[in-house]
Amino acid sequence: MPNVLVCIKRVPGSAGQIELTPDQQSVDTRHVGYTVSPHEECAVEAAVQVVETHGGAATVLTLGPADAIEQLREALAIGVGGAVHIEADNEAFGPADVAAAIAEVARARSEAGDGFDLLLFGTDAADTGDFQVGIRVAYALGLPVVTGVRTFQLDGDRVVATGDGPEGTEIFEVPLPAVLTVKEGGITPRYPSIPGRLKAKRAPVELIEPPAAPSGTGRVRLSLPPEQPSAVEILGTGPDAAKAVVDLLVRIGVVAQ
Amino acid sequence: MILVLVEPAGSETSPLSLEALTFARELADPLGVPVHAVCVGPPASLADLAAHGVAEVHQADDPRLDRYAAAAWAACVLQAAQGASPAVVMAAASPRGNEIMAHVAARTGLRMAANVVRAQAGPGGGLSVHRQVMGGAALEEVRLDGDGGGNGSGPALFTMAGHAVDAEPAPESTGPQVRTFTPVLAEADLVGQVVRTEPVAATDSDLATARVVVGGGRGVGGAEQFGDLLELVDLLGGALGVSRVVTSLGWRPHHEQVGQTGSRITPEVYIACGISGAIQHWAGCSSAKTIIAINTDADAPMVTKAHYAVIGDLHEIVPAINAELRARLAGS
Repeated sequence: MPNVLVCIKRVPGSAGQIELTPDQQSVDTRHVGYTVSPHEECAVEAAVQVVETHGGAATVLTLGPADAIEQLREALAIGVGGAVHIEADNEAFGPADVAAAIAEVARARSEAGDGFDLLLFGTDAADTGDFQVGIRVAYALGLPVVTGVRTFQLDGDRVVATGDGPEGTEIFEVPLPAVLTVKEGGITPRYPSIPGRLKAKRAPVELIEPPAAPSGTGRVRLSLPPEQPSAVEILGTGPDAAKAVVDLLVRIGVVAQ
Repeated sequence: MILVLVEPAGSETSPLSLEALTFARELADPLGVPVHAVCVGPPASLADLAAHGVAEVHQADDPRLDRYAAAAWAACVLQAAQGASPAVVMAAASPRGNEIMAHVAARTGLRMAANVVRAQAGPGGGLSVHRQVMGGAALEEVRLDGDGGGNGSGPALFTMAGHAVDAEPAPESTGPQVRTFTPVLAEADLVGQVVRTEPVAATDSDLATARVVVGGGRGVGGAEQFGDLLELVDLLGGALGVSRVVTSLGWRPHHEQVGQTGSRITPEVYIACGISGAIQHWAGCSSAKTIIAINTDADAPMVTKAHYAVIGDLHEIVPAINAELRARLAGS
């Protein structure tokens, strides 16, 4: 029965305007909440569905500060069975560092005879958007990797995955164990139930010491793109503006004169 | 030398790859180094590469490359660079570009920066880049080599965000040498190969390339309320794009989503109806040449950032636009 690992990242919510800390090293999160990257929410859902269909076990992992336990508990609440928390200041960890730490956990599990068959990631994190952690983990463990996966199914000792290619839907088939990075769109995350939330509160979380001396991100500083002053031209109010809109579309050249 | 992965788009060169070549040239010229291209299989258009100033094309040829496999593509990129010690290896930040460059980074252990909008060679050969983070809401300056970069003597690896520059032909076109090579591929490089491709319905794939996109957001009001917008799409021969909330609510399918986790669109005109304009949506639509917002709220970010706006109820305004278009089309 499949043993599934799903890796998530605690990221600042960014629905509104973001602000930076005075040292320009971080996003100022005093006025925004935290969440899990959307692609990873789908990966968590996928992990739960695999266990519902095939049995086995799902474990959620994050590398992040003490508060990242909130995001682990969200995954536990929708049905992931176990949680691993590599407690560390993730901003000091570049994608290669994060991947090395995850690979170490996976290797230790393998050596204990409890290796993961399927390792799920999001394609890229909503904050740093590096597109690398899953791929780097795959190389560290010598496993095949498919990225941008919309849907997948386990088929015996293989996984069949689909994703969007430039010429249509691409189908991949790789042997297990394998790494998949999931992209939002094919799998709809469920909402946690009340009993799920209660259970998640009490679920044990395995704490792991971070590896020593990450190589870092190379970040010099963050900046905000210059605010463009609004230059909007109001064409009108209500349906009376329709003629002005169509005149504009003719001028732009998308409607024939 | 700066090495650029050039991707095809159907039978042509990907427009994003042409942008990447322009970006590479602007970086290479002050350094006095040439731009080389790497292609898997023959380039879609050698003339494009010549026009964009490519000095040499490294073409990987192998029957095992008939079907896409990211690891194998990455092997080709690295073997094209072999012996030429490039200062930079880059691609456009397309899904494939990001994937292949991440494989290159994993294979070499080098740092890689995704979604770069600006690159600057520092003194002593270091390279610092600015890249989009937080879905484009912030920029991160990153050192890619030299002190504190962690890349040692290896090349700087990055992908260029779409539309970081406009694709511009070089002042003088080149007659690029084409060097074909047979890459050394391990079995493991082909395991993640595409088994088969299922073409999607034409309407599903139009969004990224449509000249006109009509956008619908929460303001549309419900799954049954898209009729006016779809008629406008029809009249303009465009595509429908929607905000994330619309797909989250199940009003429209996900493949129509525009934004950070959906499609990034580049139409001549984007008509955003009932869309407030959250940063994640803006990340997907900001490259539209002209943006027209239709919204009840004159202070909505979509309105203030748009080029043109109409204030009011989209369910009154869009039918009026449709009627005007029908009248003109009938009269012409």
